[in-house]
Amino acid sequence: MTDALHPAAPPKVETPFRRFVADFCESRIALAGLAVFVVVFAAAMLCAWISPQNPYDLRQLDIMDGKMKPGSTSGDGLVFWLGSDSQGRDMVSAILYGLRTSFLVAVTSGFIAAAVGTTVGLLAAYYGGRVDTLLMRAVDIKLSFPAILIALILLAVLGQGTDKIILALVIIQWAYYARTVRASALVERRKEYVEAAHCLALPKSRILFRHILPNCLPPLIVVGTIQIANSIALEATLSFLGVGLPITEPSLGLLIANGFEYILSGVYWISFFPGVALLVTIVSINLVGDQLRDVLNPRLQK
Amino acid sequence: MTLEVRNLQTHFHTKAGVVRAVDGVSFSVAEGKILGLVGESGSGKSVTGFSIMGLVDPPGRIVGGQVLFQGRDIVGLPEAEIRKLRGNRIAMIFQDPMMTLNPVLKVETQMIEAIRAHADVDRKTAWTRARDALGQVGIPSPEERLASYPHQFSGGMRQRVAIAIALLNKPDLIVADEPTTALDVTIQGQILYEVQKLARETRTALIWITHDLSVVASLADEICVMYAGRIVERGSVDEVLDAPAHPYTAGLIGSVPSRNAKGQPLTQIPGVMPSMLNLPSGCAFRLRCAHADARCEVAPPEPVGPRGVRCVRPLAGPRTGAAA
Amino acid sequence: MTVFIIRRLMQSGLVLLLMSLIVFFGVFAIGDPVEIFIAADADQAERERAIAALGLDRPIWEQYFFFVANALKGDLGRSFVFNMPSIDLILMRLPATLELALVAVAMSVLIGVPLGMYAGYRPDSVGAKTIMAGSIFGFSLPTFWVGLMLILIFAVELGWLPSTGRGELGTFLGVQSSLFTWNGLSHLFLPALNLALFNISLVIRLTRAGMRENLPMDYVKFARAKGLSQRRVVLVHVLKNILIPIVTVVGLEIGQVIAFAVVTETIFAWPGMGKLIIDSINNLDRPVIVAYLLIIVIMFIVINLIVDILYSILDPRVRLGDMGK
Repeated sequence: MTDALHPAAPPKVETPFRRFVADFCESRIALAGLAVFVVVFAAAMLCAWISPQNPYDLRQLDIMDGKMKPGSTSGDGLVFWLGSDSQGRDMVSAILYGLRTSFLVAVTSGFIAAAVGTTVGLLAAYYGGRVDTLLMRAVDIKLSFPAILIALILLAVLGQGTDKIILALVIIQWAYYARTVRASALVERRKEYVEAAHCLALPKSRILFRHILPNCLPPLIVVGTIQIANSIALEATLSFLGVGLPITEPSLGLLIANGFEYILSGVYWISFFPGVALLVTIVSINLVGDQLRDVLNPRLQK
Repeated sequence: MTLEVRNLQTHFHTKAGVVRAVDGVSFSVAEGKILGLVGESGSGKSVTGFSIMGLVDPPGRIVGGQVLFQGRDIVGLPEAEIRKLRGNRIAMIFQDPMMTLNPVLKVETQMIEAIRAHADVDRKTAWTRARDALGQVGIPSPEERLASYPHQFSGGMRQRVAIAIALLNKPDLIVADEPTTALDVTIQGQILYEVQKLARETRTALIWITHDLSVVASLADEICVMYAGRIVERGSVDEVLDAPAHPYTAGLIGSVPSRNAKGQPLTQIPGVMPSMLNLPSGCAFRLRCAHADARCEVAPPEPVGPRGVRCVRPLAGPRTGAAA
Repeated sequence: MTVFIIRRLMQSGLVLLLMSLIVFFGVFAIGDPVEIFIAADADQAERERAIAALGLDRPIWEQYFFFVANALKGDLGRSFVFNMPSIDLILMRLPATLELALVAVAMSVLIGVPLGMYAGYRPDSVGAKTIMAGSIFGFSLPTFWVGLMLILIFAVELGWLPSTGRGELGTFLGVQSSLFTWNGLSHLFLPALNLALFNISLVIRLTRAGMRENLPMDYVKFARAKGLSQRRVVLVHVLKNILIPIVTVVGLEIGQVIAFAVVTETIFAWPGMGKLIIDSINNLDRPVIVAYLLIIVIMFIVINLIVDILYSILDPRVRLGDMGK
């Protein structure tokens, strides 16, 4: 009735994507989080070009510049804005290189885990019955053990190495993706368009990956965002404990561990600033993830 | 007069604008009488009930008018004062018995706390009163049932428990918000009968909020019909049901199936209730009204007196309001 | 109820069997058991004796039974570093870890529930917004870094609290714990707070969500319509409803906390089994690693079982086996 009196006249077509962007931008905090994340990510990826020194080229380091306070100048005239570590390494450079390693490990493991988990989740939802029960029981058992414990077990058995920590992170994460995808695929599978696709006798793989999967993407994106933050934190923790990345590939966790022994003597910056970098990264990802969850959650949509 | 509501206005201040859920409602109920408050969902009838209880939650707020309970205005009383009335002198029964009882507390806990909130009695005395109240509303073996959790009762039994709780402190006024809507028809009949009996015996005034005219027909003494936050017609049950003056009331009556009109098509009111944020000017009902003409674009006068209608072109029935 | 417990016990047995298989194959198939159970500096004769004793010359399935039989007897090898049965070593360190974990869990409930209730009750107040912003940090701050910062602030800069060790133990009712001496408490506070921080945030969020979900419900309005004080409505009616999911989650988090104690114990030099496992990994003291894994798996299974039972006791709807519909 009222619609007839006041015909809606939106000149702009509202696509789902545009609405998603508009909804996302409603939270200024989430936007700020996104901006910070983009800056941090770009700086880490470009570290070879923008950092003041290559912190792992031993020729550029001078032990005489070790443990210098933030803001002091090295023998070569380089300003250590965030101080230097015990070997005379510029903390800004070390943090940027460390962030790059952390991102690479987290993103690589995240993609592999998402691929594995999505496949498992789709298969479980599509075939149902025994296959579903078996796969989901495996997921339940996996999820009932804390991530850090699984990582410790694996790394104790496998030993150190970048490939090994990526493998450990994949084994830790796949179950979250599997459970999420299965839940939304189960809902999608009962919808009519899937039935229609069956009637057209489309191949199963096509129905699964071209029809069902795209509809499971929103929750997958939310889980993916949060998992990236979690694996950055977990990798840092493992490296801090000395069972994560090897010393040749220093991540933020290892930097913080290196500073640990000097903290009691008041040399705080070696541990403090990498921690702040870690914190800023994780908080910005979590802020984006929180907002994504609110925007993509169909139950909360107006 | 047990309750007199004068020009009550309860508004909700939302982001989209101000919703005038209750916009100038007046009525009264005398001791031992039953008032039927009838309307579609969204007409403001439930908000009226909560306003009387002082239980309107933000963003809602009573912005004007008076609620005179036994002659005393209870709008804007301090929370501690109004709490002394709630559940004690004024009780309320809710719509969905599945939702009104706390699922994790035993029935006895929920009954005893209601007694002890208002009377300084020991647990034993309170327990005895709770047991008697359960017996009074027809719950078999009340001693055992007191120790049960709500989910161990059927819907009808739960509503009886809720009614027993409302009766615990022998209130002077009960506000019943569609208490039988969620129940089976047979159970509905039993509950109606018992509530009516209890109200008459204890001389309790009763406001029965419903969307179902057939329920109030057999129960109430007087009827107020609400539409879009206002009372559009008021009168005794017989007057309103036999000779509805407002086209909306007539529409409601016409849409109820009846034995006498077998074979005749039911009439229906076209359209839906307009958004409360975007009410038409003049009479709020005019866009759905078959009788509306240009005169309806001006707001109709307030109905006055025991029999009244808010309409400039009323059907057969009273002359009040049409005088303009 | 009994059927439920029996079914859960059978499930637990299955998980234990599965985990023993995983640990066994992790150790025997992927790694080299000779290396794991025999010290690197052992001579050839010692090696052969040990290989025979461990049955490493037998077929793999026989080895598994040998491993399980030994494990059931409580024999999981000797620690190279401490030269004592690895299982005894772990059981010796267990109380310190349990104490730390339980205090951390208690802290997360005692701090998290009131803050979460406030944040849910007055969601638009400045206090609530501060609490929620704080909880985002609590989620995002890596435990190990917070530990370092706590040491930096409270031990190095302010000098109020000690940063390492467990301190003096007191005995009360036959239980030894640092809870019973001032010195012990001062040593316990920082590590426990460090370990609790993540769970405080978690409990705040859960409690707030529970408040927001429960407050608009009819039963709350009905309770208010009975004339109950707001205090009783919130602290009895609402709290009892939101405690059910909180207890479940917190119960399951005990396992997480024990696992994360690895980090906190390393930082604060807390003599628990988490520090032991990290030391053992670094020292390649593999019998201790195997024993730790099996013991922690058993602990997990027991904790999950207890939480399930507790949940069914707390929620009357589950307890009686029907969902009340």
